[in-house]
Amino acid sequence: MQLDGKCPDGPMATRWSRYKQSLKLVAPANRRKYEVLVIGTGLAGASAAATLAEQGYHVTALTILDSPRRAHSIAAQGGINAAKNYQNDNDSVYRLFYDTVKGGDYRAREANVHRLAEVSANIIDQAVAQGVPFAREYGGTLANRSFGGVQVSRTFYARGQTGQQLLLGAYSSMMRMVGTGKVTLKCRREMLDLVVADGKARGVIARNLVTGELERYVADAVLLCTGGYGNVFYLSTNAKNCNATAAWRSYKRGAYMANPCYTQIHPTCIPQAGDHQSKLTLMSESLRNDGRVWVPKKAGDKRPATEIPEEERDYYLERRYPGFANLVPRDVASRAAKTECDADKGVGATGRAVYLDFEEAIGRLGEDVVRDRYGNLFDMYERITAENPYKTPMRIYPASHYTMGGLWVDYDLQSTIPGLFVLGEANFSDHGANRLGASALMQGVADGYFVIPYTLPHYLAQQKAGGMDDAHPAFEEAEGDVRENVEKLLSIQGQTTVLELHRDLGKIMWNKVGMSRNAEGLTEAISEIQDIKKTFWSDVRVPGTKGEFNKELEFAGRVADYIEVGELLARDALAREESCGAHFREEHQTEDGEAKRDDENFMYTAAWEFKGDGVEPALHKETLTFDECKPTQRSYK
Amino acid sequence: METTMNLKLLVWRQPGPDAPGKMEEYDAKEISSDCSFLEMLDLVNEDLIKAGKQPIVFDNDCREGICGCCGMMVDGVAHGPDHGITICQLHMRHFHDGATIVIEPFRSRAFAVIKDLVVDRTAFDMIQAAGGYVSFQTGSAQDANAILVPKEKADLAMDAAACIGCGACVAQCKNASALLFTSAKVSQFALLPQGDPERKARVKNMLAAHDAAGFGSCSNEGECEAVCPKEISISNIARLNRELIRSNF
Repeated sequence: MQLDGKCPDGPMATRWSRYKQSLKLVAPANRRKYEVLVIGTGLAGASAAATLAEQGYHVTALTILDSPRRAHSIAAQGGINAAKNYQNDNDSVYRLFYDTVKGGDYRAREANVHRLAEVSANIIDQAVAQGVPFAREYGGTLANRSFGGVQVSRTFYARGQTGQQLLLGAYSSMMRMVGTGKVTLKCRREMLDLVVADGKARGVIARNLVTGELERYVADAVLLCTGGYGNVFYLSTNAKNCNATAAWRSYKRGAYMANPCYTQIHPTCIPQAGDHQSKLTLMSESLRNDGRVWVPKKAGDKRPATEIPEEERDYYLERRYPGFANLVPRDVASRAAKTECDADKGVGATGRAVYLDFEEAIGRLGEDVVRDRYGNLFDMYERITAENPYKTPMRIYPASHYTMGGLWVDYDLQSTIPGLFVLGEANFSDHGANRLGASALMQGVADGYFVIPYTLPHYLAQQKAGGMDDAHPAFEEAEGDVRENVEKLLSIQGQTTVLELHRDLGKIMWNKVGMSRNAEGLTEAISEIQDIKKTFWSDVRVPGTKGEFNKELEFAGRVADYIEVGELLARDALAREESCGAHFREEHQTEDGEAKRDDENFMYTAAWEFKGDGVEPALHKETLTFDECKPTQRSYK
Repeated sequence: METTMNLKLLVWRQPGPDAPGKMEEYDAKEISSDCSFLEMLDLVNEDLIKAGKQPIVFDNDCREGICGCCGMMVDGVAHGPDHGITICQLHMRHFHDGATIVIEPFRSRAFAVIKDLVVDRTAFDMIQAAGGYVSFQTGSAQDANAILVPKEKADLAMDAAACIGCGACVAQCKNASALLFTSAKVSQFALLPQGDPERKARVKNMLAAHDAAGFGSCSNEGECEAVCPKEISISNIARLNRELIRSNF
């Protein structure tokens, strides 16, 4: 299959507006005849469901959680970017576009990114109109701050809860449509397979998580808004229920998976304390504005921080990157921390941490100012670690955070299966090989509020509404496959728990497919992951039955999929013989140890096609071209 | 300093909404003081699964105190003994070696038990659907700075909007009232100009949905505020009452 990104051509600044003019419409009276299925109700899903229902389509929305308000978009802290230029500091759509393309290390589609930058201003307007309580100046105008090393102030925020407030805004709009009956909301439902009939996505099989019953949902189009696969690392900043199952099973039905090796490891997380640990907590990146990162100069130095004199401390980010110092981008800061820990300079009981020290800032600003700026984060840190960061430096370590890879989509957000659209983190489209701060929320809502409401009708206008019966053989077959899979999981009754297998997978992923990768480690990882797969399917123990509320059964299905996602991730990393953004191949680095891109051979999106269980997937390449942003080496010296 | 402890758990087990429930006793052995409360339950569950028994079911998701998914009564207090946090943020260092801990689901007629510690909080979504929004068509918004909001008002609205909808307020209230939740939403929109055109209908409709769901009335005891993990103030309930009176004129 030839991958066609369907990117419009011509001047970049007018591509989206010209493209919109070419899209077909559905007449208002016909819209209610179309059934749109939205899987996942985070920022992308809730905003899409609300918008499409407002336009008159009938929407059914499924979420695995008890309420759409709990989707993991809620956990995003920092803010959302928008090219408003409210600060008169020379920001523009072009600058936001350029920063995002460069930040993604020239591995994103220019046209998509430009559209994102363009609609960013509408997102803020929309959210404010919905009553999202963004921070304000005394004159009543919106406040902004700068974020992630960007040179302008374009980040809008609602305390440290921007994701929560944006999600609640989208959720409230969706609940309004639930109240009018235009959205049918189904909570505690998990999509377990995609139904493809006559080459088109026509519905899903979902499990009612309370009763265990399998349900058939028929639709004219299916929208996957199911987030990323960061939990493949077991320990991550993702919520416990975040999973890849809906996307992965769509992959197995013919949707291509793009760039799975692009996973963002966030540098400022609270380090793991022990094997009991179930997840990692992110500390806001803003801490690096005033905190200094260091480790002892001497390897194996186990003295407490207070006993290590100034001249025996190595402020390695300041030393290696004098230009950006402690504010280097996420991928650079993460790798540098790993390098120090690998050299036995890591601190704390596990040695897998570096210090983030506020002593100098407290001396310069006073404890009150530091408390004012970061007090809630310091409290959170103390609650988790029982250490007082005003007295002793924080310990931080990188953790799996966001996945830039995902299902391949074209400019319409349509996957390789007609009728299957993929929005937000679940698709691969806008961030390239690395994601800048405050851009994840931007993409989620842009896709839901401002892209899909234009591109989906174009597809629907070319389809006859309805006409599909849930007794169609494609539904029979998909439901049969799901039932068989569930029964198999329950029948094994081995000795190993789902949690143990997930932890084992996570260790391989973290050590060999994590912050830096090499061919040897990746090859080993693929074989070790295949071993875990064998153990899983011969020795997993899933308690309980299928006809009840059974969380272990839910997790078992998701971990089974993570094992396969992990293998593809490693394959993709092995095939990409270059370093770019968050993907660092040790064989491809500059003399200074920085990421070395190979634009000549790897300026493409890798899209993987499923070829059957146990069969190597096929690699397809979508060539990337850069008309506006000429690729340059990223340097932070 | 990490220590380990052994605990006795008394946990409410209930296979389904219509099945009778009962307290069961479990041992939590060699638990690290660095564990969170939910990680302690994860470890107990691993032992139960290995022993061929049914694990304890509880809702949880972000484990960062923001999604509002988790919540249980620990020794009679919603989200446990520490103030201003959800149960996922409570660490075992707050307990003593040898302690007995009583764990029950959030109790309220409107929150039916689904299984063990999991309850049905759909009623909150229905209250939201009854008016917890600004009716606004996507894509037609004017420039955001055309709506000026005084900083003080925006901050108060944000205080109210911080509610995570966990249901602790209901569980702790002797009347099982959900007014802290409802009033937080009503307050957010009452404080902002965007919410003004619908304010009269909003408060009436949301209160009607609140009552229809089976939640009780507020008798101003303040237990909701005391256990709220986001420290939502009961002054929001006073604001809701003023909004209700105002809606009659």
